[in-house]
Amino acid sequence: MTTGKYEAVIGLEVHAELKTNTKAFCSCGLSFGAIPNSHVCPGCLGMPGTMPVLNRELVEYAIKTGLALNCKIAEYCRFDRKNYFYPDLPNGFQISQLDLPICTAGSLEIETQQGKKTIGINRVHMEEDAGKLVHQGNIMTTPYSLADLNRAGTPLLEIVSEPDMRSPQEARMYLEKLRSILLFLGVSDCRMEEGSLRCDANISIRPWGQEKLGTRAEIKNLNSFRALERAAEYEIKRQIEVLEEGGQLVQETRTWDEDRQVTLSMRSKEQAQDYRYFPDPDLTPIIIGQDWIERVRKTLPELPDQARERLIKEYNLPPYDANLLTMSKDVLDFFDGCVAEYKEPKAVANWVMGELTRLLNQNNMEIKDAKISPSSLAQMLKLLEQGTISGKIAKVVFEEMFATGESPDKIVKDRGLVQISDESAIKAIVEEVITGNPKVVEDFKNGKGKALGFLVGQVMKISKGKANPEMVNQLLKEELSRR
Amino acid sequence: MKLYQLSVKKIAEMLARREVKAQEVLESVAERISQVEHKIQAFTTLTLEEAQKTAMDIDRRGEITGLAGIPCGIKDNLCTRGVKTTCASKMLENFIPPYDATVVNKLKSDGAVMVGKMNMDEFAMGFSTETSCFYPTHNPWDLARVPGGSSGGSAAAVAAGEVFYALASDTGGSIRQPAAFCGVVGLKPTYGRVSRYGLVAFASSMDQVGPLTRDVTDCALVMNAICGYDHRDSSSREAEVPDYRDFLQTDIKGMKIGFPREYFLDEVEPSVREAVKKALLKYEELGAVVEETSLPHSKYALPVFQIIASAETSSSMARYDGVRYGYRDENAQDIAEMMSNSRGRGLGPEVKRRILLGTHFLSKDSYDAYYLKAMKVRRLIKEDFDRAFEKFDLLVSPAAVSTAFKLGEKTEDLSGVLNIPANLAGIPAMSIPGGVVDGLPVGLQLMGPPLAEGTLLKAAYAFEQGSDYHLRTPILEV
Repeated sequence: MTTGKYEAVIGLEVHAELKTNTKAFCSCGLSFGAIPNSHVCPGCLGMPGTMPVLNRELVEYAIKTGLALNCKIAEYCRFDRKNYFYPDLPNGFQISQLDLPICTAGSLEIETQQGKKTIGINRVHMEEDAGKLVHQGNIMTTPYSLADLNRAGTPLLEIVSEPDMRSPQEARMYLEKLRSILLFLGVSDCRMEEGSLRCDANISIRPWGQEKLGTRAEIKNLNSFRALERAAEYEIKRQIEVLEEGGQLVQETRTWDEDRQVTLSMRSKEQAQDYRYFPDPDLTPIIIGQDWIERVRKTLPELPDQARERLIKEYNLPPYDANLLTMSKDVLDFFDGCVAEYKEPKAVANWVMGELTRLLNQNNMEIKDAKISPSSLAQMLKLLEQGTISGKIAKVVFEEMFATGESPDKIVKDRGLVQISDESAIKAIVEEVITGNPKVVEDFKNGKGKALGFLVGQVMKISKGKANPEMVNQLLKEELSRR
Repeated sequence: MKLYQLSVKKIAEMLARREVKAQEVLESVAERISQVEHKIQAFTTLTLEEAQKTAMDIDRRGEITGLAGIPCGIKDNLCTRGVKTTCASKMLENFIPPYDATVVNKLKSDGAVMVGKMNMDEFAMGFSTETSCFYPTHNPWDLARVPGGSSGGSAAAVAAGEVFYALASDTGGSIRQPAAFCGVVGLKPTYGRVSRYGLVAFASSMDQVGPLTRDVTDCALVMNAICGYDHRDSSSREAEVPDYRDFLQTDIKGMKIGFPREYFLDEVEPSVREAVKKALLKYEELGAVVEETSLPHSKYALPVFQIIASAETSSSMARYDGVRYGYRDENAQDIAEMMSNSRGRGLGPEVKRRILLGTHFLSKDSYDAYYLKAMKVRRLIKEDFDRAFEKFDLLVSPAAVSTAFKLGEKTEDLSGVLNIPANLAGIPAMSIPGGVVDGLPVGLQLMGPPLAEGTLLKAAYAFEQGSDYHLRTPILEV
């Protein structure tokens, strides 16, 4: 997009729901989609006299994430209470971290068209999620609302970037990169559509060259990468228009209206709530020793940047392929699993990025829910290499593998898809086709190139696609030249 | 002597030797309750039927030890599974917790017999038990007077012989001031010594559970039952718990006792001051070294407490919104109205006053000037104690500025000035019967360094053995 004499400045606040075994401050399990209020206890229901007990796993996940984002891990941090009333907030306060967050001063790298760019991470802090309200239809007209508190107390990390992004595309790249890091760490499912990864964007504009930041708007309700990019584009355009028309921007919170593809004002800064933060007196400060940090560091898995380097260096893959294959840990694992059994990385990459991705998208599936295994793709590629099946047949076999999870050997055998490489058998079909199409043969002799293609097609049709295409070509040419 | 008049120690011995049945002990207490409760009004809920079942179970036991079979009362802000826990508030009038407070659980597994829940100031906010939404409790020594608060029901019932001991809570003197007014022994342990799990929060950084008993020996016995680390309370301490009976010794020769001059100022009635000074002379007689000292920042304790406690209150009380449990305004038109009406009508004026104050103190514009400043002064108050305890084994002061006052007489009680510093500093403090003025008990406050409950008990025991204040009982015409 063009922004004329203005520069866009974007920072993101991302909430990631962690997949720890239990909630942040009680021993209830986590439960996406479970029967309402089936994963609750007196603690996460905010009953009188109950007390929070910090989940150690939450701290470990936070340290892990901080290390992966090159953050400084605080030796001393604490929890604060963020006070506000809402029916889905059982205690009337959310346990969060205000001025002593667990991680600060980190960064991640994105790959823009102009090259690598480092985006600063201001902080990562731990907090608990609220429950949710279920309305009868519209929130404004519902006769009553029900509270489902299963989600109340689910651990969250809030990851706040510096205002380092300069375009909606960069914002999207940052979010994609952050998501892939969290997925590689295995700390969150990062499903934006289910709300386990949520994003708010702070957007402002300023004249090129100006140091001071412009008046920002915080955009909420961004449920997909696309929504983020579109909302940022819209908002930048809106802000430019306001200034160009001589108006003034106000600091406010806006929401993205997906249906109308516009941002709408929710509340101005003056209407912002005072959350009356103060240190939670029920939780003791957390002391994180260097030894703990080092222990967690040792458990860090390979991260997207490292994986990308590995694919480029060890497998000679083009950067484009390496980027795509490291967007998700599951995709990379599939790729690696397949390459372990079939040592042609580029071929594997083509199939994973091509057919596999196409079928996943078509069926709206995630790779880990697919029936096809890395091993079966490797087997199929071997059949292709050996000439047992043709490239064309391979696609048929692959679709069948994807749909049923059967091994390629069995599919090829059951459906009789073995390639015909027997010279005499192909020759017989070639002769049949030449005899049956004298006019086309005449055209060929008169130099019409297309005629050959037609004859090849006829041979393939009669062989039901199984004839070895190279042999068909060769034998047809030989036969035709004899006539 | 009737059974209900005996001490925990005596009843425990008789039960252990099978000289009496738990059911007989309970009957004696039940009879006493039926005779005097209409005058005292110490209970919010009586659980005599359940108590009867527990007593029968105890009598079937092969061996009876500890607190098994001994009737007790539980302040109504300690959660009791299946039994209403009201905090003497309309908000929780019908609230039945599905869980026990850790201390209640500990007593239950010891075989304690709970005869009921004790009246208190609403959510423990008050100093006379007059803010109870039900009715005020009366002082057994003079029914026209208050028993103190907030644990007035607990202290009055112990003094009146309705229970042998009670568990209560102390955030700013709520155990010690009623103990002083009712002439019983009350101990606020070190912050973290006793689990707070299941204690309905007033101000979490100061709340602590402790016993009210008729003498120091009984106090040690109950402390043995309730102290210790609890994984459900992150602020509880992992320090080992001694057998507190080991501290029940009379030899305190050479013990260094300080009396901070700031605790003997004009706020304290002259007669009470005199009584406490006499007690100090007694300590000298017993061989202790008694010296004046100073805790210069203690004079700021009251405003510091008001800021910190109300700030924490404003947050801890936010859960009472009518959504999940408790009082709800059923006629509200929307959620905001439902929440504000439920709180507006379910909570009493004293509670609301503190919530409003706390909300103000935590707001962006006052946080630094009030809350943060108060936290800094809190530290200074604590450092005063740290310095004093380098020199002294314990500190002694009056436990209240006066003897029990009349119902309706006071809208504030300055006893907090004497009690609150221990809560701000997290140190153990105790009130024992230390004198008599006009027939009313005077409380002597002992304060010690963190985890020095044993030292307090020893000094208390030595004093008690050299006096007869603890043997006096109120005369209630039956």
